Amino acid sequence: MTVIDSEAVAIGGVRQGWLDALHGWVTTVDHKRIGILYVGSALFFMVIGGVEISIIRLQLAQAEAHLISPQTFNRLFTMHGTTMIFLFGMPMLFGIANFVIPLMLGARDLAFPRLNAFGFWLFLFGGFLLYYSYLGAEGLYGAGSAPDIGWFAYAPLTSKTFSPGNSTDYWILAILVSGFGSMLTSVNLIATTLTMRCKGMTLMRMPMMVWIMLVVSVLVVLVIPPLTAAQVMLLLDRFLGAHFFDAQAGGSALLWQHLFWFFGHPEVYILMLPGFAYASEIIPVFSRKVLFGYPAMVAATVGIGVLSLGVWAHHMFAVGLSRDLNIFFTGSTLLVAVPTGIKIFNWLGTIYGGKIRFDTPMLFCLAFLAQFVVAGLTGVILAIAPLDWQLSDSYFVVAHFHYVIVGGLLFTIFGAIYYWFPKVTGRRLSETLGRWNFWLLVIGFQITFTTMHVQGLLGMPRRIYTYPADRGWEIWNQATSVGVVFQIAAVAIFAFNVWRSLRKGQIAGDDPWDAWTLEWSTTSPPPSYNFETIPEVQSRRPLWDLKHPDDPDGIHE
Amino acid sequence: MPLTLVTLVRLVAVVLLAGAAGAASAAESIQPPSMFSPVSTPAAEILELSWLVIGITGAIFVVVETLLLVGIVRYRRGRKDDGREPAQVYASGPIEMAWTIVPIIIVAVLFLVTTRSIATLQKDSAPPGWLDVTLVGHQWWWEFRYPEYGITTANELHVPTSGPGGGRPTFLTLHSADVIHSFWIPQLAGKTDVIPNRENHMWIEPRESGLFVGQCAEYCGTQHANMLIRVIAHPPEEFEAWVQSQQQDAVDDPEVRAGRNRFLSTACVNCHRVTGTRADGSFGPDLTHLMSRATIGAGIVANNRENLIAWVKDPDHFKPGALMPAMGLGDPEVERVADYLLTLQ
Repeated sequence: MTVIDSEAVAIGGVRQGWLDALHGWVTTVDHKRIGILYVGSALFFMVIGGVEISIIRLQLAQAEAHLISPQTFNRLFTMHGTTMIFLFGMPMLFGIANFVIPLMLGARDLAFPRLNAFGFWLFLFGGFLLYYSYLGAEGLYGAGSAPDIGWFAYAPLTSKTFSPGNSTDYWILAILVSGFGSMLTSVNLIATTLTMRCKGMTLMRMPMMVWIMLVVSVLVVLVIPPLTAAQVMLLLDRFLGAHFFDAQAGGSALLWQHLFWFFGHPEVYILMLPGFAYASEIIPVFSRKVLFGYPAMVAATVGIGVLSLGVWAHHMFAVGLSRDLNIFFTGSTLLVAVPTGIKIFNWLGTIYGGKIRFDTPMLFCLAFLAQFVVAGLTGVILAIAPLDWQLSDSYFVVAHFHYVIVGGLLFTIFGAIYYWFPKVTGRRLSETLGRWNFWLLVIGFQITFTTMHVQGLLGMPRRIYTYPADRGWEIWNQATSVGVVFQIAAVAIFAFNVWRSLRKGQIAGDDPWDAWTLEWSTTSPPPSYNFETIPEVQSRRPLWDLKHPDDPDGIHE
Repeated sequence: MPLTLVTLVRLVAVVLLAGAAGAASAAESIQPPSMFSPVSTPAAEILELSWLVIGITGAIFVVVETLLLVGIVRYRRGRKDDGREPAQVYASGPIEMAWTIVPIIIVAVLFLVTTRSIATLQKDSAPPGWLDVTLVGHQWWWEFRYPEYGITTANELHVPTSGPGGGRPTFLTLHSADVIHSFWIPQLAGKTDVIPNRENHMWIEPRESGLFVGQCAEYCGTQHANMLIRVIAHPPEEFEAWVQSQQQDAVDDPEVRAGRNRFLSTACVNCHRVTGTRADGSFGPDLTHLMSRATIGAGIVANNRENLIAWVKDPDHFKPGALMPAMGLGDPEVERVADYLLTLQ
């Protein structure tokens, strides 16, 4: 974790011994340092999840391959999914929110700084608990048995009968613990947003990112509890002989699916909305135009949040729901396309008439736009229940949600890191390396995930460790695997860029992008108290007002 | 306009996918399990709906990506930029109204078409005269029971075809013996999950005879990948003949008495059934007409002497984690058992 050590120096401004530095980081309650800890840990887990999927892609590059055993394969895809959702995606979005939101609000910290630290450490130890399963979950069944139940952990595969040993218990407890961390941080973000905005910042003057993270936080508080409850029920099943999900004893396998997807579908929006948040900050700044249709964007965000709570059973079209339910969930899911479309058109409206600067953050956001359109449209395809009967649990679904989570979220996360890195560290990331990072990721992403649609259309199911050679899938799988090489190269260049820029990066100054929100009005990196005097705002873009006193925003809003 | 668009999309997709799949499969007799080459009524109806949806989403894709590209090119900052900020446009009521209402109309159309399709495709009980088959998913193989004929078989589902003048569709009732599986043959119908303590239904109506493959589509544990499905569709007379051959008791060939005795005195009988003997287990596949099946291990290898010997000796060799144990018989014993199995026509 050299990244964090050197950042300690940069943030603290004073050279310390490593023990002091470590002590400082472990005991910190500063939202900016906790944000950095979140982002650093998330990137660490992203690399682990990436290694796992690279092994999987190596295995699948060939039909009937025997590189790894089915047991190993099943553990790898379980750990990949669980890691990327719970230990990379969510911590990353909480990390960026942690750092940026108090600054955007003109606040000195989150509402509950110690709770914030507690939330972070719960997440981190939840992550360690999950990975300790590789060492400690053997029970009576051989060492090295990480969970092999999939990140969705469908009952009754998780019952003691079909999943002996303790690996499943590690999965339950790890997600339960880090889930509490997520809930606490969300409560904190909600409280901060509602009570600690600086003078003049009404709700409708908040930066778009704050609005979106408010909706995300509310969703987290609403949907993690059902998951936690389901996990407690599963623990009761496994240890005390309850029979909630135990079909052999009259329990319901579908009950788990309903509880899981009531969490699981909003979870997709919990992950994707922050991507919208970063794009909504970055696209206007680099188009040099105010975000088009702010009130509609707020409404669309709230709309997506509300709708996301009523679409979960589209993950269950194949379980034999009644006709009425299939029709209802098709309709509710299709409706999500409306607010999502509004967002995409509003970003386009922001670009139109602008003067676009193609700095690295903008490149990532433009690619996000192009790719997210595909993700949205394959989402419409999958929302149609009869089509889902063909495509559900095939590689088409895998392609679809990786277009969301990689093509959408990961790209905007890189955009966000390139955008706020100067604020966090005081130095800019190299633009040249940034371009290499960007183009390699685009190429790798396209090779991997575009071809993946085809395997699904040709009938290849998910989560299979091997496949017969006569199905016509091999060539597509090879292409999918080749793309991984480019993605690894992109991430390696990113890591090098961070390492090098921390030492030699160009000094950023307070406002390197000529941006408009409050975080750019303080120094880079900001002092521990953020602002010398708490700012006061008259519009959504306080720095625009400062730079253009002749044409302030307020009169147009 | 929408019709021509749909036709165009259909053409492009058929060429791309058929070319892709055809190239890889030219050598084998197995058709790739593609939803784009349906041979059964439900699969064909889903494909019809797919063309409409692909046409609409394809058109949206082209429009939005074009708008994006044009925007990026047209509004990039010029080389000789004066450094002034562009005009700030905050919102526009009519435009925003338009891009809210048009998607709502598209969604409404898709919703209504889908509703009709769901109503046609989803059936909760078998119409009179259909062939009833009960399917039971097991870790990691399929059991098929034909209640009206008293037949039980495994992994290879035989059904009759329907002609242009009608025929006999097959109505499947799905149960699971352990965890959730999902039954999916893309050329015949969409998938339906096979869930313990729950009864699900689906139907197929093949209109061509032949072999159609698929596999379990819901992760069900270690050997989820090797839970393959083979559906053999016969013309009606051929199907009747198949039924009659399956209704016979197991062959009892005196020449393989040694292997038979070994089979019947080993734990094989706890899991497998051979009618007319005391082997009456139901945990594993029914072996009464084992040799009428082309594959073993749920479709993973050809059913021949060599593979049977290797399978009986150590199922993990083909299928690591399979629930059938190696019985620890010596090589000569395994061969004798295999020779007995080879007579179970």
